[in-house]
Amino acid sequence: MTATEVPVPTSPAGNPIGFGRMLRKEDARFLRGQGHYIDDVQLPGMLHAAILRSSYAHARITGIDTSAAEAHPKVKAVITGATLEGLNLAWMPTLSGDVQSVLATDKVRFQGQEVAFVIAEDEYSARDALELIEVDYEPLPAVVDARKALEPDAPVIRDDLEGRTDNRIYDWEAGDKAACDEVFAGAEVVVAEDMLYPRVHPAPMETCGSVAHMDKVTGKLTVWTTTQAPHAHRTLYAIVAGLPEHKIQIISPDIGGGFGNKVGIYPGYVCAVVGSIVTGAPVKWIEDRSENLMSTSFARDYHMHGEIASTREGKILGLRVDVLADHGAFNGVAQPTKYPAGFFHIFTGSYDYPAAHCHVRAVYTNKAPGGVAYACSFRITEAVYLVERMVNCLADELGMDPAELRMKNLLRPEQFPYTTPTGWEYDSGNYPAALEEAMRIAGYEELRREQAERRADPAGKPLMGIGISFFTEGVGAGPRKHMDILGLGMADGCELRVHPTGKAQLRLSVQTQGQGHETTFAQIVSHELGIPPEDIEVIHGDTDNTPFGLGTYGSRSTPVSGAAAAVAAQRVREKARIIAATALECSPDDLEWELGRWQVKGDPEQGKTIPEIAFASHGNLELPEGVEGHLDASVVYNPPNLTYPFGAYICVVDVDPETGEVKVRRFIAVDDCGPRINPMIVEGQIHGGLADGIGMALMEAIAFDPEGNNLGGSFMDYLLPTSLECPSYELGMTVTPSPHHPIGAKGVGESATVGSPPAVVNAVLDALEIRQADMPFTPAVVWRAMQGRPLRTDLAIE
Amino acid sequence: MQVTITVNGTETRAEVEPRLLLVHYLRNVLGLRGTHWGCDTSNCGACTVWLDGVPVKSCTTLAAQADGHAVRTVEDLDSGGELDPLQQAFMEEHGLQCGFCTPGMLMTLRALLDRDPDPDEATIREAISGNLCRCTGYENIVRAARHAAAHPTTAPEEISA
Repeated sequence: MTATEVPVPTSPAGNPIGFGRMLRKEDARFLRGQGHYIDDVQLPGMLHAAILRSSYAHARITGIDTSAAEAHPKVKAVITGATLEGLNLAWMPTLSGDVQSVLATDKVRFQGQEVAFVIAEDEYSARDALELIEVDYEPLPAVVDARKALEPDAPVIRDDLEGRTDNRIYDWEAGDKAACDEVFAGAEVVVAEDMLYPRVHPAPMETCGSVAHMDKVTGKLTVWTTTQAPHAHRTLYAIVAGLPEHKIQIISPDIGGGFGNKVGIYPGYVCAVVGSIVTGAPVKWIEDRSENLMSTSFARDYHMHGEIASTREGKILGLRVDVLADHGAFNGVAQPTKYPAGFFHIFTGSYDYPAAHCHVRAVYTNKAPGGVAYACSFRITEAVYLVERMVNCLADELGMDPAELRMKNLLRPEQFPYTTPTGWEYDSGNYPAALEEAMRIAGYEELRREQAERRADPAGKPLMGIGISFFTEGVGAGPRKHMDILGLGMADGCELRVHPTGKAQLRLSVQTQGQGHETTFAQIVSHELGIPPEDIEVIHGDTDNTPFGLGTYGSRSTPVSGAAAAVAAQRVREKARIIAATALECSPDDLEWELGRWQVKGDPEQGKTIPEIAFASHGNLELPEGVEGHLDASVVYNPPNLTYPFGAYICVVDVDPETGEVKVRRFIAVDDCGPRINPMIVEGQIHGGLADGIGMALMEAIAFDPEGNNLGGSFMDYLLPTSLECPSYELGMTVTPSPHHPIGAKGVGESATVGSPPAVVNAVLDALEIRQADMPFTPAVVWRAMQGRPLRTDLAIE
Repeated sequence: MQVTITVNGTETRAEVEPRLLLVHYLRNVLGLRGTHWGCDTSNCGACTVWLDGVPVKSCTTLAAQADGHAVRTVEDLDSGGELDPLQQAFMEEHGLQCGFCTPGMLMTLRALLDRDPDPDEATIREAISGNLCRCTGYENIVRAARHAAAHPTTAPEEISA
């Protein structure tokens, strides 16, 4: 069943009772400037903090003098690594089993690393005092080029780790290497390419921040903080600081965009907590834009070598890849413990072939820590980029149209559920239908004709390129037996209470950053119970008032928490059936469900609505033995598998051969995320992801100079796409429900971010008639690629 | 120094440091927190307000520069709780997601619509090219501006949240 097949009744307020386009509940406050973001938190007596950061990428600290800062009349405290060492808090665990410096003690390991934390009466004074701190640095050679991190004479960055003699973090592989090598040895065609997915940054419009308040009388710590995962943060604070978990309340207020940037715990958050303990007052710390770009979770930075094997006719036989992953100075990626390279080993993509192998080596460099962020679905972004670029390179080698090559190799509908060569079980899909639909919307044949005419005409400027990508995502992490983060299973809780008058409250463990949970989750309950969505209040983002769960990232809210909400509502409906039967003096088996009402089979006049049942459940009705009063349910949903949304994207670009400027003329996106709870919101998610993809392909990258200076430390240097670079998008859809999700929904938050970059890159390279060059395709990069002298986009070197 | 700034039609007066940014004057001195700070460098436009009817980036405007002038912020767009047609259009067209850039977008586009009641798509895109949004990909913001041009008076709010 799909959302569009059944006519949905409307509520008194004009909203769909269930799925369908519904205007967002959260807009009323945002439009009036009444959102409540982290910097809007004001507490009596609150102090303000600022962080002194390292100006060096790699240096030994030989002394810190904070006396002048402490003497500033408005400064209340200065905290350094030495202060934290006394509290055993100078280092904190990362989400990947490494440790990260909270405030530097021995060395600084990247430019922008946290060195000292100043607390003052106001923010301006706190920043003034930063300039009064004297730090003596002894500069060390920096490891900037990831490709040189493993050379024998490379400086050892992590000499804090006992016995560490090099910069290797891990070596990891997936797939059957021997079998894969055999296929390659016998293949008629093998194409190899090196490609970089540059370091980029999620750069949400709101930077990160925290307000910590330790109430010394009650012993309760309350932290308002920019987190996509409030419950995970509470547990980590308990582990890191040794604070009792039942005395910690994490409140995630309105979040001004997350995109993975607000998953981890940053040193500033920990310092705000320490600052509140030290000063006895609430402490607010809000980072500025440069701090956000230079120190918080970046994404990608994957140096990939891919090889693809096929027959001469274009039947793909295998794919193998060797990756060098730059994780920065601390291994701070946020991903399931079992998978150090995230879900990268889903790199076989959407195609049918038996042989695959990947080898990933991760290294430390003198750069900011992170790696998994920016709507990446745990590195599926890099995987999709790799396979979709390699398929295009193969098409180029074979002289075959890239659409035809894809169509020839896409998994067929009857192959689902499909187990990939590296062990993923794709739940459902109809891939050829999605690609056909994208080609139909694009007018693919006509575009190719136009391109041929353009190429035949020497005066036919600008150059025209057409790029395709097809992606399969795996989202909704994840099944308890396979996935945990720091030992915490990736399940989500949900509590649904229907009040006596039939109005409901739904409490979620996930946290919206703009995805519209307050609307769509109400629609899920409305769909199951038949009560209007405006009568359902969604409560989230406060650990004292919501059940435990791992939060919102990796497109997991709908697949995991959405399933929890649906199951909770289904349980309430079943309980309502028993109560209705009691009230109607019949057997529950005699009742049938009509949206919003249990009624007697064959006698629909006899029935009870959910509000009537809700009142009876709280009233004096004698309930059957074993049935408790009230109408509520509590669920912890452990997903049986990931869900696998997919899509086909086509990008058309025009490239000015004289300036290297790329203009995205059209972008066609056909997405299949299963039934759409709120099509308006789904389309909005796709629009945003397409802009992300265009940004990464054309302008976003954080490069470094040879000394390790960050060259993307402001919005003047780190370019985000504006309204002028983004086209008007053309969306299409197919609907293939997930067989194991209670409402068939697959999740869509990251689909377009994952799927769109290779489409843009394939289009630009098609325009240039060049097989390979690395993004971002700024005019300079395009120009150099046209000259046959491609630039390295990760370093400011020749 | 003392500044006197008319904000949303009301005269405000305060003793401030000469370096105080207008965005901080609005947010911290007056408590008008609808104006957001996002980048420091005039690039993102989350802090856009009107200074004498012209959109400016309040993160790179000193409160002192607004002394004796009139400032209008997002809090002044709705009247008595009734949304401005542009705000209504943003809701109808899903022109916002996280809401952080929204106040700046609204102030930029309200100014555009006041001087050009029927802008085409290219004009709208040019007008908001100094306002960054990470959520919407701009598509629905452009549609919202067109919607507002087509519906210049406010319709009743369609949902009861």
